Amino acid sequence: MWIGLSYACWGISVVLALWMLYDWFKVDTTYSEAMLTSSREGELEAVSEKHRI
Amino acid sequence: MTAAVETAQTTTIHGDRVSLLRVLGPAHVWALGVGIVLVGEFTGWNFSADKGGALAALIVCWIVGLLYTSVAMIDSEVTSTVAAAGGQYAQAKHIVGPLMAFNVALFLVFAYTMLEVSDAILLGDTIVAKAGVEGLTHNSFIAATIVVLAWLNYRGVLMTLNVNFVITAIAYVSIVILFFSVSPWTQGAVLKLNELVTPGNALPYGWIGVIAAFQFGIWYYLGIEGTTQAAEEVRSPARSLPYGTMAGMITLLIAAAMTWYVCASLMPWEYLGITYYPLWDAGKLTGSPLLENLLFIATLLAALASANGCINDAARAWFSLGRDRYLPSWFSAVHPKYRTPYRSILFLLPIALAFAFIADLNQAITFSILSGVLQYTFMSINIMMFRKKWPLGSIRRGYTHPFHPLPAIVLFCLCMVTFFAIFLGFGSQLIAMTVFYFLISLWFHFYRYKFVRRGDQFSMPWPKPQGY
Repeated sequence: MWIGLSYACWGISVVLALWMLYDWFKVDTTYSEAMLTSSREGELEAVSEKHRI
Repeated sequence: MTAAVETAQTTTIHGDRVSLLRVLGPAHVWALGVGIVLVGEFTGWNFSADKGGALAALIVCWIVGLLYTSVAMIDSEVTSTVAAAGGQYAQAKHIVGPLMAFNVALFLVFAYTMLEVSDAILLGDTIVAKAGVEGLTHNSFIAATIVVLAWLNYRGVLMTLNVNFVITAIAYVSIVILFFSVSPWTQGAVLKLNELVTPGNALPYGWIGVIAAFQFGIWYYLGIEGTTQAAEEVRSPARSLPYGTMAGMITLLIAAAMTWYVCASLMPWEYLGITYYPLWDAGKLTGSPLLENLLFIATLLAALASANGCINDAARAWFSLGRDRYLPSWFSAVHPKYRTPYRSILFLLPIALAFAFIADLNQAITFSILSGVLQYTFMSINIMMFRKKWPLGSIRRGYTHPFHPLPAIVLFCLCMVTFFAIFLGFGSQLIAMTVFYFLISLWFHFYRYKFVRRGDQFSMPWPKPQGY
């Protein structure tokens, strides 16, 4: 049973790694680099909260 | 003097820009912090008994608890103000300066990646120990742990931390069940503390043994400061981060005390100090198969929760470095569907796998602890500068920690003691890491910093610091 579980672990690892590589390729070829790297520090804080000091 | 400042900015998160998703609450912050740490109760803290005896393990449980309470209080105040991914990196950038920030980010990435590696090795070794099958190695279990958790992190932070909440809670409850199953109010029935810890053997190496035990006492709480990495993904940073962090610290102090009491009452310090599975062994020693299996499963879950949180935190620290161009901005990409720092997660994945396959548990965890203590030392200096530059009343704080500057002084002094303890056990690694951070700082100062857009990196709408 444990040896079978060990092989299953290798299998799951390979499948998920390949899926992430596929999705990475798909995203990078679908969206522009400017959009993907457009996150800015502090923006989320500013969206919903008004600072009163 | 209180300045009245109002900022009302607008952003286009769902338009041309894509950012991390703000979906987390205090329970997720708790799950992130306690999830990373709780594995330390299942293995690691007990090596302090080998250094100084069972009583030394209890003394460092309390004193290192004081260190981490200071960490949690200081962190809660600064992070409730600097609510940005990267946690202590963003704090250092705004309060100390870019070179400190770069070093702090590396401390974070090293501490969490090496802890993730240690967790994966522990999980693999635990399964192999349970199986007892000849020819079975831990490699497949290590690979599955790291890849499956990276996939979970890739797919979204909400599910990642929901999973962490559930598995951390199960592991925690297992410690509580073990504690109450051994009739802790009655000595002699199951527990034999008065026989196992006597005046003759409580501190076998004297007080120098207590100092040496600090190195492994860190395991009781290592990683609670990781809650701050969620700053950009919690719905209300000013409330959730202090609440989740302080609740996590209280939870851990209780777990640490229960763990020591049960284990020190069931095992002689000579064995407790060398076993890799103190709680699982405690479950076996009760004679109950149910408790034995429960603690085996809990050990696996604690390792999984810790590795899961570490992947989350290391990726966000690396992502933040890319966003400020301290590293190539390529790393700052956010997945447009899952809203996670997917390139940072993928970049760190093979590094973790490589270390897990070539390093041993002691090396990996020593690098993690060293990076962690360097970070805590920075935090004690950081809070002094923060209070000096922006005194109370000058900017809004979600939480104000009490007794300043006492926690900062206590934290700094305890970090120095811990460095000395690490030097006693792993002096060459300490020197190697110091040289590494020195050389990488030279690289950043003389080469990399010219790529940084200096004005863009300071994003907090704060007034000018006092004295500037």
